Amino acid sequence: MLKLVVCIKQVPMVSELPWDSKTGTLRRELADGMMNPACRHALEAALQLKHEYGGHITAITMGPPMAEEVLREAVAAGADRGVLLTDRRMAGADTFVTSFILAHAIQKECPDFDLILCGCYTSDSETAQVGPQLAEELDIPGVAYVEHIELDKHTFRMRRVSDNFLETLEMDAPGLITVTTQQYAPRYVSFAGVQDAFFDKADILTIGSDDLGLDPEMTGIKASPTKILDVYSPTAEKENIVMKGAARKIVDQLFENFGDKISGAIGKDLKTHDHDEEEEE
Amino acid sequence: MKENKREIWVFGDYRNYFQNRVTLQLLARATDLASKTDAEVGAVVLGRDVDEYVNEYIAHGAHKVYVTDHPRLKDYNVETYVALTERLVREHQPETILIGATSFGREFAPRVAKRLGTGLSADCVGLDINEDGLLVQTAPSFGGNLLAKIVTPDRRPQMATVRPGMFQELPHDYERTGEIIQVPLPDDVPKARVRLIIAERQPQRDQRIEDARVVVCGGRGMGSKNKFKKLFELARLMNGELGATRPVVYSKWADHESLIGQAGRHISPQVLFSFGISGAIQHTAAINDADFIIAVNKNPNATMMKMADVAIVADANQLCIALMKELKKRIRN
Ligand SMILES: Cc1cc2nc3c(=O)[nH]c(=O)nc-3n(C[C@H](O)[C@H](O)[C@H](O)COP(=O)(O)OP(=O)(O)OC[C@H]3O[C@@H](n4cnc5c(N)ncnc54)[C@H](O)[C@@H]3O)c2cc1C
Repeated sequence: MLKLVVCIKQVPMVSELPWDSKTGTLRRELADGMMNPACRHALEAALQLKHEYGGHITAITMGPPMAEEVLREAVAAGADRGVLLTDRRMAGADTFVTSFILAHAIQKECPDFDLILCGCYTSDSETAQVGPQLAEELDIPGVAYVEHIELDKHTFRMRRVSDNFLETLEMDAPGLITVTTQQYAPRYVSFAGVQDAFFDKADILTIGSDDLGLDPEMTGIKASPTKILDVYSPTAEKENIVMKGAARKIVDQLFENFGDKISGAIGKDLKTHDHDEEEEE
Repeated sequence: MKENKREIWVFGDYRNYFQNRVTLQLLARATDLASKTDAEVGAVVLGRDVDEYVNEYIAHGAHKVYVTDHPRLKDYNVETYVALTERLVREHQPETILIGATSFGREFAPRVAKRLGTGLSADCVGLDINEDGLLVQTAPSFGGNLLAKIVTPDRRPQMATVRPGMFQELPHDYERTGEIIQVPLPDDVPKARVRLIIAERQPQRDQRIEDARVVVCGGRGMGSKNKFKKLFELARLMNGELGATRPVVYSKWADHESLIGQAGRHISPQVLFSFGISGAIQHTAAINDADFIIAVNKNPNATMMKMADVAIVADANQLCIALMKELKKRIRN
């Protein structure tokens, strides 16, 4: 029987993200939450492994209390239990600290796991770092961007695309994979299943720093090696330079000012200044 | 005795060398940053038979290259590479490490950072040095709808993965010399727990418009099917793809595949050229991730012009012709 852990994040529904264009800030607290799309695929991969080889699935999430919703959703889809890590003192954790906390929670709640599955990235912060850092923290092997996984005696065998190579890899257990959104299309969950999961039938455990015996100094924004100086909207920064006049003149002006940018994007070397090579007309 | 200079390292990611220029782009940026902080640029090259890359990196700006060349390193392997990099860093203590945000880089860098106990920012689109001498890493968030400026104030090295195509590589100079530091493969490198069974190079897919670095998008303002056709040629000249608005697709000036917008595709090019497009929300919702927008419209008040980095008030067709003419002149072969 496989012991599987799926790490899930609740993310704001980006399409509906209330965005204050005057102040340039994201009104995150007003956004509805949903299960991060890649995590959905990771969960599906776990469900298929469980179906194939037999197993037990623990879904785990770290976030505000409302993140419990995604655990209930996971249980409705077929996970056996949920673990919610919530603690105000964990707010502002970067990937370094997040992976540290998740590792401790997994070691406490599911120490004999065979495989951890994560989404390959989240739609809100997109760092794609938590999976690999969690593997490092637990000192287990990891493979990112997995599209297919199966068990071959005591090793996992997986397929993935990495930098234009289609690779087949083998990994010792226990290990960790991050799953892309290419395969493992999430299953449809019946309404009755969702209802059950939302009415206390789900096995959901809520824990915080103290339950893990972690010093709160180690779990939040203070312990994070990276600091965010500023968050801004790139569109608000735009200079909006206006050019007018004869087409030929405008084009010259364009290359003089932005030739580097254009040549970088098109991947060809451009003469940005025409002056040194006098034209004969 | 000469005091050792601080070092900015670039991880030598040489797989797919000809398509993947990010290591060279990072060497160029590192050279710039090094000159601001009186540091040197080091490259790290791990693999088998890697001499040619070592020489390329020196020609592109590296002052030093740390090389481990060994048959055991013939495949990229995250665990082994992490173990070797960790040793190098502990021994030489670089101030900063820059890594291309390739699939490999994004799998490798987080483990290196974790093992070294330091911070890492992901998929950066900008790098700079602030008044405190810290590396300011600009990273996208929310699919590029937001940008964050990130620093690692207290831990070292400062680490960032960087999106390909953000910086311009330096022209190579094979006269340049650099120091090559051969590092033997240690005996006690741990046995890899992930093994590559087989790797096949994928046939180069046709470029999808979603991945294109340059998109030329045309709207009703191009005037006619014949005039619109020139945009195809312009896109080709710039190795780009062509996009279109709904009226253009409905008039069959372009096929449905090129529709950009709510009902079509979502793009995130480095440079977007927009010709004769008003900027209806159903269209602009899908171009928010474009890094740099050059819009051409005869109406300076069109929404598209307001959201552009460069707003060109002109006839779209005439400007397209002038631009093609200049490009043909300026592109060096
Ligand atoms: C449900 C729904 C879904 C939709 N989905 C999409 C979608 O996915 N994608 C999409 O594109 N649209 C979509 N639309 C349509 C969208 O609302 C706009 O109608 C469309 O984007 C406008 O296209 P346009 O800018 O080419 O044309 P126009 O709005 O007609 O703008 C033409 C522009 O060209 C300029 N112009 C005219 N002549 C010249 C000249 N000689 N030189 C320079 N500039 C000139 C004008 O000033 C004007 O700004 C959708 C609409 C609906 C209702």
